[in-house]
Amino acid sequence: MMHGETRRLLRGLGFTGLWIVGLGVFTAYPVLASLYYSFCDYSILQRPVWIGLENFRQLATDDVFWLSLRNTLFFAAFSVPLGTIVSLSLALLLNQEVRGRAFFRALFYLPSIVPAVASSMLWLWIFNGQHGVLNQALAPVFALWGGQPPAWLGDPAWAKPALVLMSLWGVGNSTIIYLAGLQDVPRELHESAELDGAGPLRRLWHVTLPMISPVIYFNVVMGMIGAMQVFTQAFIMSGGPDGNPARSTLFYALYLYSTAFYDLRMGYASAMAWVLFLFIAGLTWFANRIAAKRVHYAS
Amino acid sequence: MTSRSSSAYRFAIYGLLGGLALLFAFPLVWMFATSIKPVEQTMESPPTWLPREHRVLLGGEQVEVNLDARVAAPSLWLVRDGSAGGEHRLVPAEGFDPAAFEGWRIAARPEPGWWLVTERFSTKVRERAPRRDVVPPDAVQTRVRPRWENYPVALASMGGRSVEAAEGSVEERAFNPETDATFLDFLGNTLVVCVLGVLGAVLSNAIIAYGFARLKWRGRDALFALTLATMMVPFPVLMVPLYGVFKDLGWVGTLLPLWAPAWFGGAFNIFLMRQVFRTIPEELSEAARIDGASEWRIFWQIVLPLSRPVLAVVALFHFLHAWNDFLGPLLYLTRKPTFTLALALQNFQSQQGGVQWHHLMAASMVTVLPVIVLFFFAQKTFIRGIATTGSKS
Repeated sequence: MMHGETRRLLRGLGFTGLWIVGLGVFTAYPVLASLYYSFCDYSILQRPVWIGLENFRQLATDDVFWLSLRNTLFFAAFSVPLGTIVSLSLALLLNQEVRGRAFFRALFYLPSIVPAVASSMLWLWIFNGQHGVLNQALAPVFALWGGQPPAWLGDPAWAKPALVLMSLWGVGNSTIIYLAGLQDVPRELHESAELDGAGPLRRLWHVTLPMISPVIYFNVVMGMIGAMQVFTQAFIMSGGPDGNPARSTLFYALYLYSTAFYDLRMGYASAMAWVLFLFIAGLTWFANRIAAKRVHYAS
Repeated sequence: MTSRSSSAYRFAIYGLLGGLALLFAFPLVWMFATSIKPVEQTMESPPTWLPREHRVLLGGEQVEVNLDARVAAPSLWLVRDGSAGGEHRLVPAEGFDPAAFEGWRIAARPEPGWWLVTERFSTKVRERAPRRDVVPPDAVQTRVRPRWENYPVALASMGGRSVEAAEGSVEERAFNPETDATFLDFLGNTLVVCVLGVLGAVLSNAIIAYGFARLKWRGRDALFALTLATMMVPFPVLMVPLYGVFKDLGWVGTLLPLWAPAWFGGAFNIFLMRQVFRTIPEELSEAARIDGASEWRIFWQIVLPLSRPVLAVVALFHFLHAWNDFLGPLLYLTRKPTFTLALALQNFQSQQGGVQWHHLMAASMVTVLPVIVLFFFAQKTFIRGIATTGSKS
């Protein structure tokens, strides 16, 4: 007869065994290996060679690296706040007493589950400078001032804004999360605020937003983490990992991907990955500090 | 909000909602509208919604034509005598100099508003040039006709056949199973990744989560904390060594890296299922234990049946992830016959250079449609899944 505790341990390990293997092979080993590679010259064809901090030193002076970081921050700086405003506004609208709420909710949500490849094709077509429906609609407006609408994905100045615009179409997921949060706000709070003479805007600012601040915090942090890793849309819409036109959509993940799998500089790419990891961790920590002061957690 | 339901307020709410609904619906509707148009109508300015077919009487038979341009000023339609193919020219009527057109005769005197038409260029008719003519507007018969044939052509050319071969106008080259594939291959690959992935994710995460939620053992909480910590790691960090792992396993170039890892659990789904399993009363397990049920039986016959909603959520979101995934297939798949739909669609677009918008949109529709259908059948699961995953994390 085995000791009770040993038996419990074996039983626990039995149920979680798959995960222990999975955690080891598909997460823990890769994390450690990637950390090691980041200090190595490694091309996957040959064994990694330790070069100390050389990769990080090179990163510091790699203009393309800094450009990709700036591009990514630009994308995040616009897509996250705008996405928050749009999805929160949609949720506030849906939270009114409206007929057909389920229909509208479905309509706003659906774009967010469209495969990224298909939605990239679609927006490539909509943004097409010559025949795209967007410019067909904008051309008469621009013509009033004797101008022409931008070529969007064909114009280095407009390619990133185009991707931001496209990202707003996919905010439906956070809309649903906001809506769930809004529906948890106790009705009595609104009623007592209304009795105190607070108008709808004041109630929004002083009751609704504070009550759903944990949800906003969650969405913003997840949004930032996602935006820092944006890949598929940019890869497809710029026709590969170069971030065309003129590297204007060369995002961090694209540069990392091409460094690793086109140039086979796996060590350098791993160093980039760790910089990204630390950057995201730093952002999350920073957001946490703000949240500690601003986010209201109901008991 | 009864006190505020003045009609102006409601009007504003519905106006906003309606406007935004149109904006959000437009792109997908446009995708569909484009997918059933003939190519030249995708590039019309101003854009049109419905696919049309124009027919006129040409040389005694009704044929489908393209409307090339409208005649702007009174003109003459000249035909060269004796040219069997019908050599034509449209010249302004004003200042017409017959001497410059020796051997031509005036076949028609089009007024402003007439259409210059070309017989619709069919790739099946290669032996002669398409006929052209000018016709008065009322001679053109227009009706709406969706080009459903875009779909089979797009899917066939996605697999590597040329559009002409797909339309049947040129001889097809021999099928090379190393480099060629059909749409059904892509669909089959995608379904393998989705179905095996979903099965693995649901089963493995449920088993693992049970170990964390319902059993007490030494090291459990430390392992769970480690599990949560791995959720922090962004994929790019894992990308390079994972490729090495799959390469060493001999999985690169196969579908295995896309579904096999799902059989070993995932931090987020473990977390999600553990939350649910913990809400099931412990008394149920105790009673079963007293009856001599094994832990596996308690899991399989008591906890799992009570957790169907969360199983559905995990299954649904894993399916969606696997169906939509692009980076995974891009990293691990090398030969066309192994491509998933997402990768095949991107490959199709990059190879044909993005001018056949009607075909691209048709192929895109085919990858979107299953997602839309799934959404309408499982709407409640979707909404519940997002709401719980969003607010509980």
